[in-house]
Amino acid sequence: MKTLQELQEIRERMKTCLCNREIGGVFAEADVRAHILVCGGTGCTSGNSKKIAEEIKAALIETGLDKEVKLIMTGCFGLCAKGPIVVVYPDGSFYQHVKPEDAREIVFEHIKGGKPVERLLHSEKDADGAHKAINETSFYKSQKRVVLRNCGLIDPENIDEYLARDGYKAYEKVLTAMSQLEVIDEIKRSGLRGRGGGGFPTGTKWEFAHNSVSDTKYVVCNADEGDPGAFMDRSVLEGDPHSVIEAMMIAGYAIGAEKGYIYVRAEYPIAVHRLEVAIGQAREYGILGDNAMGLGKKFDIELRLGAGAFVCGEETALLQSTEGKRGEPRQRPPFPAVKGLFGQPTLINNVETYGNITQIILNGAEWFASMGTEKSKGTKVFALGGKINNTGLVEIPMGTTLRTIIEEIGGGVPHGKKFKAAQTGGPSGGCIPASLIDTKIDYDNLIAIGSMMGSGGLIVMDEDNCMVDIAKFFLEFTVDESCGKCTPCRIGNKRLYEMLDKVTKGTAEMEDLDKMEELCYYIKENSLCGLGQTAPNPVLSTLRYFRDEYVAHVRDKKCPAGVCKALVSYKIVEEKCIGCGLCKRNCPVNAISGEIKQKHTIDPAKCIKCGACIARCPKGAIEK
Amino acid sequence: MSNNFVGTAEQDKAFDEVLKELESVPGPLMKALQKAQEIYGYLPIEVQTRIADKFDVPLEEIYGIATFYSQFNLNPKGKYTIGICLGTACYVKGSGDVLNKFKEKLGIDAGQTTPDRKFTLDATRCIGCCGLAPVLTVNEEVYGKVTVDDVDKILAKYND
Ligand SMILES: Cc1cc2nc3c(=O)[nH]c(=O)nc-3n(C[C@H](O)[C@H](O)[C@H](O)COP(=O)(O)O)c2cc1C
Ligand code: SF4
Ligand code: SF4
Ligand code: SF4
Ligand code: FES
Ligand code: FES
Repeated sequence: MKTLQELQEIRERMKTCLCNREIGGVFAEADVRAHILVCGGTGCTSGNSKKIAEEIKAALIETGLDKEVKLIMTGCFGLCAKGPIVVVYPDGSFYQHVKPEDAREIVFEHIKGGKPVERLLHSEKDADGAHKAINETSFYKSQKRVVLRNCGLIDPENIDEYLARDGYKAYEKVLTAMSQLEVIDEIKRSGLRGRGGGGFPTGTKWEFAHNSVSDTKYVVCNADEGDPGAFMDRSVLEGDPHSVIEAMMIAGYAIGAEKGYIYVRAEYPIAVHRLEVAIGQAREYGILGDNAMGLGKKFDIELRLGAGAFVCGEETALLQSTEGKRGEPRQRPPFPAVKGLFGQPTLINNVETYGNITQIILNGAEWFASMGTEKSKGTKVFALGGKINNTGLVEIPMGTTLRTIIEEIGGGVPHGKKFKAAQTGGPSGGCIPASLIDTKIDYDNLIAIGSMMGSGGLIVMDEDNCMVDIAKFFLEFTVDESCGKCTPCRIGNKRLYEMLDKVTKGTAEMEDLDKMEELCYYIKENSLCGLGQTAPNPVLSTLRYFRDEYVAHVRDKKCPAGVCKALVSYKIVEEKCIGCGLCKRNCPVNAISGEIKQKHTIDPAKCIKCGACIARCPKGAIEK
Repeated sequence: MSNNFVGTAEQDKAFDEVLKELESVPGPLMKALQKAQEIYGYLPIEVQTRIADKFDVPLEEIYGIATFYSQFNLNPKGKYTIGICLGTACYVKGSGDVLNKFKEKLGIDAGQTTPDRKFTLDATRCIGCCGLAPVLTVNEEVYGKVTVDDVDKILAKYND
């Protein structure tokens, strides 16, 4: 148990340490000469970053520098495409694609020798040819890190580092200087809206939960992150778990709850581990417990793990699952704020929503509301993926254009291909065509163009992606994940999927397109929960913006992107073929014939369209 | 029908302890199943029955939960589980083709196990390394930027 005084002392002491991680900062610790930060996010961990850290440690011991250098594993830096990432302070050298065998060089050349390892630097140069500081590079320059403020900066498994970043000060402020209603009012005035997809005003939700009368209430964190191409919440939990814990404590105070549950996807082992560590440390410091921070309130948190069901991200299903049952959604009202977990009033918010709370309390509602657009305040984190150079995690002020995200931050589409569409909102969202690239991203603009914010997945597609195939991909996902409780979703989406399947096989008729659209609206209107109500969105948005592609499949029996196998045929262009025989040797079904040095041909009856020949041909002689 | 499942003494002891701990936990059924799967590797009906008896709920309810969630396995898995990410980022980069190649090579569908119990093939959702898309895992090992051509090489590595 630490007193407020002791916590403050830790903050002061650790601040001297953390200010060393500012670019160009003055090194404040007398006996330390450098900090080495190794990314411990899931992306970089898969790239073997743990081993890198071990090798760095060994090299530090070998050079006798281990006492003078701090080595820290952090959460995600955001630029996962360039991972594994290692950053060295005080100079802020940002190393990319680091391999375990590079560790010695970093220690010997850079730490010992004082010369950064040029070949590993992520570098962008300014007009004079000098390296730009990392926060000036195009990936980071337009970002604004509020929720991700500690990711890639602190050691998430060390509560002291969180404390140094004003950790648990917001909770202290709330308990010593604010009434419950003042807290709720602050959140309301900030304009914060839920980041889990729906965009419901957070302060209003807190007010509902506050107004429900009951001895027992619960605070729940939705960390189920079901969008199949997204990892924002995971990165926050991995990189800054205490910020979520603190926000839940604040919410507990505001609504009058003493117990919190975090429902987290079981597929996130690192996040689960870091949460367990963080909860353990917070209990040890007396921050969580019967007398939280000695300020007179009780609050504790328990983790619940999901088991792989997308629908459990829906709040009523999530509450069922938290109770250990089948995660089937139920009718609302009653809303969870009235009747939720174990039948008691329950506040449920998303990870990223919570990630904003401490900053609003500490910096004020006006500060938060100064960022963003009229009805969408603050920032939004996106997981940028697909056909984009800088895949990774980005946080931008609301109102940033899609163009800035894709061209500047994302570094554009690889291999000189053309940007075709961006998908937001996952299986509930839609595709934004290239013609709308100047759309300013906020809740209302995205709805207006037939997509939605969703939780923050942003998948970029290029000319090689077939939009019908993408719609089918999402629908297959929802059919798979439908809980089956209501017919429009269970049967309707299945029928819709079959119609799409016909389109991709070239067996659909033109009037099927209208039938599909009709079915979409029927499903949307008659499904019980958000899953069914939004499932047709990917179909509707692609029908709206890429109808010509549907028509090409149906009428011309062609897949313009060359994706739908039934509609592509492989041909060898005679003039280009030099008769090397590579294609023939690699064809798994012997569909290619021809003598060496002679023109080769493909037998369409045998060809299974595997694409192996195209990949091998040195002359680009095979087309589809 | 398969033979009756019998756990080792060690497994049973560990599971007894888990069940005891869960006595005081509200809503314990999923936790019990998760722990059981950790201990036994999958959820044979005998283990489900023990959970049902312990918490005094009908077996149907336990079975209902076990079948609702994709992570619960009612059958034993292969020695190596190959999980191919069909998350959006991986899909747009061609992970569907990689999955098809594995299906063809192993002669099984996603969700199935080879008759020799060596490989289980799974289609997974985003595992959070979209930067490396398309991604697949073999047990804990992660492979990034996989192409159809890598499939043979990867399978060969588990040739024991
Ligand atoms: C099918 C479906 C899946 C959802 N998945 C998630 C999810 O993965 N994470 C999340 O935070 N919210 C998800 N939601 C939204 C939640 O129901 C709920 O609105 C949200 O957790 C509320 O938190 P917020 O107000 O902070 O956004 C989902 C909703 C539906 C209908
Ligand atoms: S809409 Fe779909 S997921 Fe939702 S309750 Fe109905 S069947 Fe279940
Ligand atoms: S696409 Fe595949 S099956 Fe068809 S000719 Fe080429 S290698 Fe053979
Ligand atoms: S690989 Fe290309 S160049 Fe060689 S035989 Fe085949 S089509 Fe002709
Ligand atoms: S996981 Fe390392 S930069 Fe994202
Ligand atoms: S979509 Fe495959 S790792 Fe994210």
